[in-house]
Amino acid sequence: MINQLQSLGHKALDFFQRLGRGHILIVDVLKGQPALFFRPRLIIQQLYSVGVLSLLIVVVSGFFVGMVMGLQGYNTLVDFGAEESLGVMVALTLVRELGPVVTALLFAGRAGSALTAEIGLMKATEQLSAMEMMAVDPIRRVLAPRFLAGFISMPLLAAMFSAVGVLGGYFVGVGLLGVDEGAYWSQMQASVDLYEDIYNGVIKSIVFGFVVTWIAIFEGYDAIPTSEGVSRATTRTVVHSSLAILGLDFILTALMFN
Amino acid sequence: MTTRITEIWVGLFVAAGIAALFMLAMQVSNLSTYNSDSGYDVTAYFEDISGLKVRSPVTMSGVRIGRVKAIEFDKQRLSALVTMEIEGEYNTLPDDSSASIYTAGLLGEKYIGLEPGAGSNDCEEISLDDSGEISIDESARNDCKPSTLQQGSEIKLTQDSLVLEKLIGQFISRFMDEDKKETVK
Repeated sequence: MINQLQSLGHKALDFFQRLGRGHILIVDVLKGQPALFFRPRLIIQQLYSVGVLSLLIVVVSGFFVGMVMGLQGYNTLVDFGAEESLGVMVALTLVRELGPVVTALLFAGRAGSALTAEIGLMKATEQLSAMEMMAVDPIRRVLAPRFLAGFISMPLLAAMFSAVGVLGGYFVGVGLLGVDEGAYWSQMQASVDLYEDIYNGVIKSIVFGFVVTWIAIFEGYDAIPTSEGVSRATTRTVVHSSLAILGLDFILTALMFN
Repeated sequence: MTTRITEIWVGLFVAAGIAALFMLAMQVSNLSTYNSDSGYDVTAYFEDISGLKVRSPVTMSGVRIGRVKAIEFDKQRLSALVTMEIEGEYNTLPDDSSASIYTAGLLGEKYIGLEPGAGSNDCEEISLDDSGEISIDESARNDCKPSTLQQGSEIKLTQDSLVLEKLIGQFISRFMDEDKKETVK
């Protein structure tokens, strides 16, 4: 009984210690941001590996999600004779929800896991300790540019996802199923609000970018420096980011759209 | 060389991201139909606005000429005060135009439809001359302009939105009355 209580207490303490380390890390990383203005090369390198390399999966998924929504939405709306509203449905779903959320999930799987594995392996092979030996702060040199790159990439990727998705819905709805082209765009423009829908979607994607990148670099930096530890940290990144995205999405939606 | 290619890719990535944001703003949202400061405000009182929202369209002959800017409840008159912003280019609406709340489609959103009045202009001076004929003073017509809706003016003639429950209620009560009459006979 006492032993179980002790193990519960141990887990709780462990959890709060990790939470505390995570917050200390993000404060250090944010403090390291201004120095990056003098070394833009570091950010560009990371933008390439975090953003550009995620481009393919995000754009292809966006296009297919848009096409599927075009098909599904058409089949549902045509029963009510409201297939002209297809554009509204596709655009609102993508801009408000699917764009930020699915992009963030893909981003966690594609870029977040790569960041964790890279940083964890640097730690396991003692590259980070070697940097400290040379009086180079690994948080500023390694973590800060990766964080900034993730933070910048995520809203851009989400915007591309939504834009390509709207085009995918257009391709299926107008191109294949014969929805009127003018109605697709005009009803969309009449119903989608710049502030209420698009800005809130962008804010969501910024929040998700922050959280996913934070979790990814923290898991990497906090990984147990063995091959098993790195692999577990990578798994945790994907699982924890996905849960955080879904939970935060609910909270943000409740705050924004009521 | 590899850094150059990396940089080009990153440049393309950022440009594409911004282009996507721009496309969402311009093509998908209502930004293109949204120009704010050139309009003028017109108010109207309604007894019942149920379903009308801020930013609902204001139309005339079915063409959107403005948007609902604010909806307030007037404590003194115990009715809804709706402020509409009409776009500046439509500055020739007669001031006795009437405003009604309509529904677009069966389940669609509410909008305000304006209908032009005759214009309450006293341009023509009509008088009976000595021989009993009606003379119209044409000279006055050229000088005067018909009074139009301007910043802050109020639309007096309004018609409320039709509430389905009320309509059905009226229908049923009338139906019942007729039923009673027939039984009396």
